Formats: sequence, structure tokens, C-alpha cells
Amino acid sequence: MSSRTSHVVADRLNGIQENVWVELIELAKEVKPVNLGQGFPDFAAPEFITKALRDALKQPDIFLNQYTRSYGHPRLVNALSKLYSKLLCRELDPLNEILVTIGADEAIYCTIMALVNPGDEVIIIEPFFDIYEPVTKMAGGIPVFVPLRPKKTHGPISSADWVLDPKELASKFTNKTKMIIVNTPNNPLGKVFTRSELEMIAELCKKHNVICVMDEVYEWLVFKGSEHIRMATLPGMWERTLTIGSAGKTFSITGWKIGWLYGPRELTKFPQLLHENCISSCATPLQEAIAVGLEIENEHMGTPESYWRDLVDTLEPKRDRMAKFLTTVGMAPTVPEGGYFMMADVSEIASKIDLDAETGMKDYRFVKWLCRNKKLQGIPISAFYCNEHRNLGENFIRFCFCKEETTLEKAEQIIMDLKNSLL
Amino acid sequence: MVSIFRRLGSHSSRTSHVAADRLKGMQESVWVEFIRLAQEVKPVNLGQGFPDFAAPEFVTKALSDAVTGPNVLLNQYTRGFGHLRLVNALSKLYSKLLGRELDPLTEILVTVGAYEALYCTIMALVNPGDEVIIIEPFFDCYEPMTKMAGGIPVFVPLRPKKTHGPISSADWVLDPKEFASKFTNKTKMIIVNTPHNPLGKVFTRSELEMIAELCKKHNVICVMDEVYEWLVFKGSEHIRMATLPGMWERTITVGSAGKTFSVTGWKLGWLYGPHELTRPAQLLHQNCVYTCATPIQEAVAVGFEIEMERMGTPDSYWQDLIETLEPKRDRMAKFLTTVGMAPTVPEGGYFMIADFSEIGSKVNLDSEQGTKDYRFVKWLSRNKKLQGIPPSAFYCNEHKNLGEDYIRFCFFKEETTLEKAEKIIVDLKKSLT
Repeated sequence: MSSRTSHVVADRLNGIQENVWVELIELAKEVKPVNLGQGFPDFAAPEFITKALRDALKQPDIFLNQYTRSYGHPRLVNALSKLYSKLLCRELDPLNEILVTIGADEAIYCTIMALVNPGDEVIIIEPFFDIYEPVTKMAGGIPVFVPLRPKKTHGPISSADWVLDPKELASKFTNKTKMIIVNTPNNPLGKVFTRSELEMIAELCKKHNVICVMDEVYEWLVFKGSEHIRMATLPGMWERTLTIGSAGKTFSITGWKIGWLYGPRELTKFPQLLHENCISSCATPLQEAIAVGLEIENEHMGTPESYWRDLVDTLEPKRDRMAKFLTTVGMAPTVPEGGYFMMADVSEIASKIDLDAETGMKDYRFVKWLCRNKKLQGIPISAFYCNEHRNLGENFIRFCFCKEETTLEKAEQIIMDLKNSLL
Repeated sequence: MVSIFRRLGSHSSRTSHVAADRLKGMQESVWVEFIRLAQEVKPVNLGQGFPDFAAPEFVTKALSDAVTGPNVLLNQYTRGFGHLRLVNALSKLYSKLLGRELDPLTEILVTVGAYEALYCTIMALVNPGDEVIIIEPFFDCYEPMTKMAGGIPVFVPLRPKKTHGPISSADWVLDPKEFASKFTNKTKMIIVNTPHNPLGKVFTRSELEMIAELCKKHNVICVMDEVYEWLVFKGSEHIRMATLPGMWERTITVGSAGKTFSVTGWKLGWLYGPHELTRPAQLLHQNCVYTCATPIQEAVAVGFEIEMERMGTPDSYWQDLIETLEPKRDRMAKFLTTVGMAPTVPEGGYFMIADFSEIGSKVNLDSEQGTKDYRFVKWLSRNKKLQGIPPSAFYCNEHKNLGEDYIRFCFFKEETTLEKAEKIIVDLKKSLT
């Protein structure tokens, strides 16, 4: 059988490995640390959402347990349309301009696979959420990386201090560039791109005819002093932008795996088609419950009853607390403007520790050491950089602060003990 | 849209059109068109395959409990390749049925329905130029998925060996010579669906052995779509290809919670097989959806734990399902026969196809478009408010004629629904005499 590809696995999986978290998840299972690693809350999801699912299951409408519309359950796409039409100041067509997906992950997958051909370049801003690179490669695309860099090295650092170099960014756009992926608020930095930063990206997209993929899953988690700006609202950008959202982040139900994308029909129709031939449709009862959640939140937006307001009010002090204890121990944090992650520079503390028993880049070794020896888990940041730029991440660790107070107390205790042990 | 994109600068080196090539030739599926029609017409709907009665309470209660219960982590991310409680339950169930220990971590992948299991399997294993044998009539996604992977679908039809008298799905067979001729040195994979949609055919051991021999001879991967594995009527037995000699190492088997527990809207499925084959599918899944919904997996696990206890006893849900469906099957076969639509009585599954050509020849279908069966289905929906699915959707372009005399009905419906359908059919016949 020499004419057919004699090996078993398809070429598109060349170089694709199990993701970087697997090793750490295994370690966590073994060690059972205080887990500030993976990004999900360790407290209960909001009751109005879980109740909505319970009600959907009990309802006389038995069709809520059967197949629904492929591109998105009508009640949900209508709720999304209502919400985003308001925020975008344009009528968002629920049937043609929205696609409901299996979390933001599948929105990214369908967008890239539907629009990127072998040889197309895709600009990815580092540090980047880890799936952008392998999915681009699976589509045969060529990832082109450009890093955000801190413009300060001393004193308190905010995620706003991490910036793109305009010349460097512009140099990445070539006549092969098909797409750029921008994540705001950013994981892991928490950076909330400003209007002028987005305008700079927008100008380049328009100049080079590039599709802009906006990963805005943390759009509701923006702290005081910052504002989430939607690229799709910038002049000339609606027609070339696809924006991605996530129910998991919106309602603290990461395990429900429902997300969406929206954009002009001319672009949306392609990920819709890919989705139809990949997943077919998303879970009906979950979509129904999320629709109910959005209807409720839509009513409460901007009022004291707003869940999103409450989430921000809950997270901001946690952010500040974590920034404080990390600073105290000499782990220089980047205080995020949004999202629920915080990066910290561990180089000072790591230099005082013998990490030789662990393998890998410096941040991996520190993370594993911290997990094994101090029972505290974070995520190594070099995982969010391409191979060539891993050194840009190797001094950093990422912690999630979307956790119960008791969890954060334990983490704080461990960190303080660590500091004391090193004096 | 083209003008918007072309007016700004020259970008001829990158693919100048927007959509990726892998979408070439893809169209809206048959479902999208007919769901839209049903929404417009609101017919008695025997089209898409799902029950119109409530899902079993032991499963819906399990989901409700998972989401509102004290374990808050059930609403957060779980293991990418499958929630532990579920893969353990699947391992326990299938180890028993396969007569081999199925490793829950390395030999199982939980997916978004059988759909994603098929997608990941095909995309993980098929390269451009690889041939994939698809038996017709086929569940419609096999073809576009194969093409998206750059594969070349090679079609071989089942044909009825009888033209008169009562026809069973067992009468639809492959021609051994024709079938063997489809295997070339480019063949990477074959997809076999048993029990079969839309025919309801339950492949016999010797039919599976014939396929197995060719797979072994030509070193072909066998993808078994066994989503209807629990819905097999009296007189037939579901046989798992993965249990045939020499086949475990080259077979991926796909299952579905939607069909297993009558919760098609939960979109949860799985595949199992040897690590060498499941691993690439796991990696593809990781990059496609990353992980499936936790509370749904928990609830399906609970459902399996309960069902495993009562398998083979009168309390078995699967037993109850068969006992509910078999008389519905027989009732539908009867009323279709009465009006001159010759049904193929299925041995499994919950679909029935029927040859409507006699009745179709007496009706003016000119107002509708498409192949004969598309036109009949649309006419029947719009004019008589009864909806089926046109089986030519389950054939490749070159073979659509093989399906155009048939209509597919789903009989997994309430008695009242079937009564209404029966009345419409009987009235239709009367109106034509």
C-alpha cells in the first residue's frame, strides 16, 4: 500500500502534541496543590444560570433535550443579538451574523479553519492563548509572532505597560497576511487594549486587507479605570472583524463549553459552514439556559443587580490582594486591567532556589518545584510564546485569582512561608 | 464583498479569496433546508431523527443534579479527552461487550456527539489523496468530512435484492465483487454504519467478515458508526466489528449518548479503539473543542451506571425503548404498505425508508425543485403537512438516482404523531384514487 500515505496519522497533525497543561495537570492530581493554575472559579456558578438549566429540563417543552438549529438555538441567538446590537450600535442579524460554538475554542477553530489556507500568514500577538498556534498550523497557515513587551522594568507594573512596538508590528504585515488574532482583555496579561492601540491594529488591517479575529471572552471582566472597546465598532472594521465570546467566562460556567462568534455575514457564513460539518449543533438545554441568563443580565446591565458588575466587584479586591502578597515576596506582578489572571516575574525568587531537580525552561522548573515542594500551582508563561521567543516568558508565572477567599488565603500563606524560608 | 476586499492595495500572493479551499463545494446540509421548511409549514414531522416525547427522567434528573448539586466543579472544565466518571463508565460497559479491557484514558475519547467523533477521526487520519470508502446510502456528513480532509470519497451502494413483496433492511446488500473492486492502494479508511441510517440494516457477522477481510488485506482503517447499537429489533443482533479477529487494531467505533438515552440535544458522543488510532483523534479534538461539557458528561455517566446495573433485566431502559419502538415500526410499515408506499422494514434504528414512486407518479410535483424525492418531500410537507427526508441526500451526486424513489420517515414519535401521519397518508391515497 505504498501509494496511500503509508503512515497512519494525517499530516495536519505533524508537530501537534498534547498541550502543555497535561504534564502539570498530572502533577496536580498527584500533589493536590492549592490550584491557581487553570482558569476557572472554585466557587459556585451563579444560581440564576444553574436554575435556568434545571428549569429547562423540567419544562413541558421536551424539544429542549433534542437537536436545535445548527448555527445556534433561536432563543440564544436572539438574546445575543439583542445584547450585542446595543453594544455595537448596529442591528446584529441573529440568523446570519452569529454562530454558537462549543466554547470560544471551537469559535477559534472554525474561524481559522474556514478562512486560512496553506501558506496564509496569521499574526499572533504574544503572549498568546495556547490554541492559536496549533490551529493555525493545522490549517496550513504560517503563524507570525509579535510580542507585547513591558515598557517598565521597575516599580509597579500594570498590564497597560505591556505594549507593541508599532514599527515591529507593522513589519509583520506582508502580502501573505490573511488574519491577525487579538485577545482583549488579554490572557495571561490582563491587558485591555486602548482605543488607540486598537486603531493602530485597525489601520494595518485595512491597509493590508487582513481579517481581524478578536478574542473578547473576558469582555465583562474589566476593572475600574479601563474600558473594553470592541474592534468591530471601529471605523471600517465591521466588515473585516469576527468577534468571539464565551458563556463560560460570562457566567462562570467554564464547564458548559458554549461560546459564540459574530461578524458580517460575508465572513460568518464560512465558520458557520465549517461548524455544520464538524459539530453540527451545540447542546440545546445549555443554550436555552444561557439565553435565559443573558435575558436576565440584559435587564440588569448597569444596575446594582448586574451579575457582571458583581463579578468585577468581587474580583477586583482579589486582584489587589494577590498583587500585594506577590509584591511582598519579591515576585513582581503585572497588575491586570481585566480578566482573572495575573503574571508575576519570579526571577528574583527563583534565583534563590535550587531548581535542578526539575526539567524544562526556567518557568516550568519553578512551577513544578513550587507545586511539588510548596503545594501551590501556577502556569508557566513560556507556554504562551512561540519556540523562538520562549525566553521572553521564562521569568514569569501565571496565577488565577478567580478563587474563593480561603483558596487565596492558603496561597498567600504558602507564599509568605516561602519568603520567610529564603531569608 | 469581493469589491470591498479588492479595492485596498494588492494582495495577490496570499489566497485572495476569503474562504479557505477546504470549504470548496460545501453547501448547506439537507437538514438546514428541511428544518427551515418545517419551521415555516409546521407539519407532522417525521423528518429529523429525534423523539417527540420526553427524554427519560433518570437522565434529565442526573443533569439537573449535576448542575445544582454541591460539587461546584461540575460546572467547570473537566479532562479534555473525557470526564473521568464517564470514561470509566464507558470502559466498564464496553470492556464487557468487547470481551477485552478498554483503557478509559488512552482508548476512549468523548466528543461533541458522534458527529465530532467522526470529524476528529477523519481529520486525524485522512490525508489529501487518501481514499475513503463510503457505503451508500450514507449518513450525510461522511462525504463533506472526507472532502474537508482532502480525502477522496469512493462510494459503493447497498442494493435491494428484491423488488417485490415485503422488503426488510436485510434484503439490502453489497455486491461482493463490486465492493472488493473499491479497495485500491490509496484506500485509507472505510466507514460502516450499523445499525444503518436510513435503511435500518443490521450488518450480519458474515457481512462484517467480508468487510474485515478486505480491510486486513488492504491495510485499511475501519470506522464503525454504531450510534444505534442499542436499537436492534427481535431477530437481529448487533455485532461489533472491533470484536472480529484481527480487527481491534484497525477499528475505531463511534457511539452516541443522544441515541442511547434519547437526548439528541445533549450532543455527546464517544469513540473507542486502540491507542494508535484514538491518540491522533484525541489530539485533533484537543485543538478543535478542547473539552466537552462537564455536567452533561457527568449526567451521561450516571445514566450508564444505572443502565449497566439493569442491562438484560425488565427494568432496562434500552429494553423498554426497543419494546416501545418495535410496534411503532410495525404500525408504520403497515400503513405505508396499505397506501402503496413500499417500505423497507428496518432491523434496527428508528428510520424507515419507503418507495413512494407509485404514489409519486400520480401527483404533480412541478412546483418543487430538485431530484424527485426532494420534490416529493417538499410537496408532501407543503401540501399535506407531513414531513420526511429525501434519501438522495444520502447518495453521492453520481448515484442520486438510487435514492430518488424513496422517502425516509422517523417512527420514534408519540402515538398521536403516528396516528396523524397515518391519517394524512391514508387521505392522500384516497384523494388519488
